[in-house]
Amino acid sequence: MVVKSSQQVPEKTMKTTPPTRIKSLAVAIAAVGLLAGCATSGNPKDPIEGFNRAMFAFNEGLDAAIIKPVAVGYEAILPSPIRTGVTNFFANIDDLFIGVNNLLQGKVPEAFSDLGRVAINTTIGLLGIIDFASDAGLEKHDEDFGQTFGRWGAGSGAYVVIPVFGSRTARDTVGLVLDVAADPVAQHKPIPARNVALVLRLESDRANLLSADKVVEEAALDKYSYMRDAYLQRRRNLIYDGNPPREVEAAAEQADGPATTAEAAPVASAPSVLAARAEPAELKK
Amino acid sequence: MKSLLVFFSGLLIATTAMAQEVAPDVLVKNVTNEVLDIVRKDKDIQSGNTKKAIELVETKLLGHFNFTRMTQLALARDWRQASAAQQKILTDEFHSLLVRTYSKALTEYKNQTIVFKPFTLKAGETDVRVRTEIKQAGAGKNIDLDYYLEKSGPAWKVYDIEVGGISLVTTYRDSFATEVRNSGIDGLIKSLQAKNKSGESTSVKK
Repeated sequence: MVVKSSQQVPEKTMKTTPPTRIKSLAVAIAAVGLLAGCATSGNPKDPIEGFNRAMFAFNEGLDAAIIKPVAVGYEAILPSPIRTGVTNFFANIDDLFIGVNNLLQGKVPEAFSDLGRVAINTTIGLLGIIDFASDAGLEKHDEDFGQTFGRWGAGSGAYVVIPVFGSRTARDTVGLVLDVAADPVAQHKPIPARNVALVLRLESDRANLLSADKVVEEAALDKYSYMRDAYLQRRRNLIYDGNPPREVEAAAEQADGPATTAEAAPVASAPSVLAARAEPAELKK
Repeated sequence: MKSLLVFFSGLLIATTAMAQEVAPDVLVKNVTNEVLDIVRKDKDIQSGNTKKAIELVETKLLGHFNFTRMTQLALARDWRQASAAQQKILTDEFHSLLVRTYSKALTEYKNQTIVFKPFTLKAGETDVRVRTEIKQAGAGKNIDLDYYLEKSGPAWKVYDIEVGGISLVTTYRDSFATEVRNSGIDGLIKSLQAKNKSGESTSVKK
């Protein structure tokens, strides 16, 4: 808690011009070893905040310099139906793995629905370009290995920002490794075609986020912590398929009643708080 | 005699008005449809005129929100630490921030349709979630948009909105707590004011 000020140093120096940003990133990463040992801002969800802020600034720089401008151009050049087709094409490939993950989570009807989606969209949907399955009432799901681990009972672990991919938790980082390993696009050969596909998917995804971007800019007091907390809430929501136990209630008690819960005491030891926050314990009830 | 009649008819009107209190799901539906109808017809809002969107939000929506409760939720434990005067300023500033964010989101509206999910109000319930879903034109992925309402007196008031599980209110909790820890309640007030000032200037530009 005391070292808070030293943690903010990387963040502030990061918000300068791109070349200095990269340079200070190197400095920040070098400082991470130092920081990681003692850096706690009192937020048990984010024990390596110093490192994360540095990585966040790096990602923001990369986004501002390359990824976002390309996405803006992509959105400006291609008409909406084509962009939708691209989104649908990659979404169709995703559905296969969403189905596998639903199966791994024991959600058999959902898994069959996902595979049905793939069957319909790959054939009459012209290799996934048209999403007929949604029109036919087969709802699109959102699953990945990180969520499967969450269902199985793995705690989320610490929040971590990783290069390019951005916000993750320790659990979701492990999930991501499997997601990539199982991703037909990433495993596609020949390599040049794969690279084109990966970039196209990245830019298509980014273009879909352009309007959300503006809202976040408007909303966030501190973009880093806003994105972090939004991510953690989103993941929690996804693991519970849209019906998580309400945290708002607990918060109301916190605001009105005596501070007794683990969350109400930010200095409590991280492991116990993480355990208290982990979704699986609540899930098993 | 005549005045007695007036008195009774007045009483009758008052009781029917009481009986006709709007159910939370109906309220959400009516207000959503009303606001989206206006946005659909308003080219200025569609092309990013945040100022005009703010006017729309201020006139149509504000009466249905409980901003004091929202601010209290966002501040969690720190709320009690603030004086009554500070609570008032915090509520006002957080109010402006939320209104601007919400208005900004409205300017990004592009022909999505809203599906209202089935809702039943159990007897005696005073705290509910009304679930809706945003259907994107073309692309398959829908976004959940949930409203949390609380009954205060005869009226239902919204105290939280969740977009895809991300709360408009509690997402601020950690950043507010950090701000208060580092520079106190007044520090938080200052940064909220600064944020709102910078937001005003950008929305005027557009």
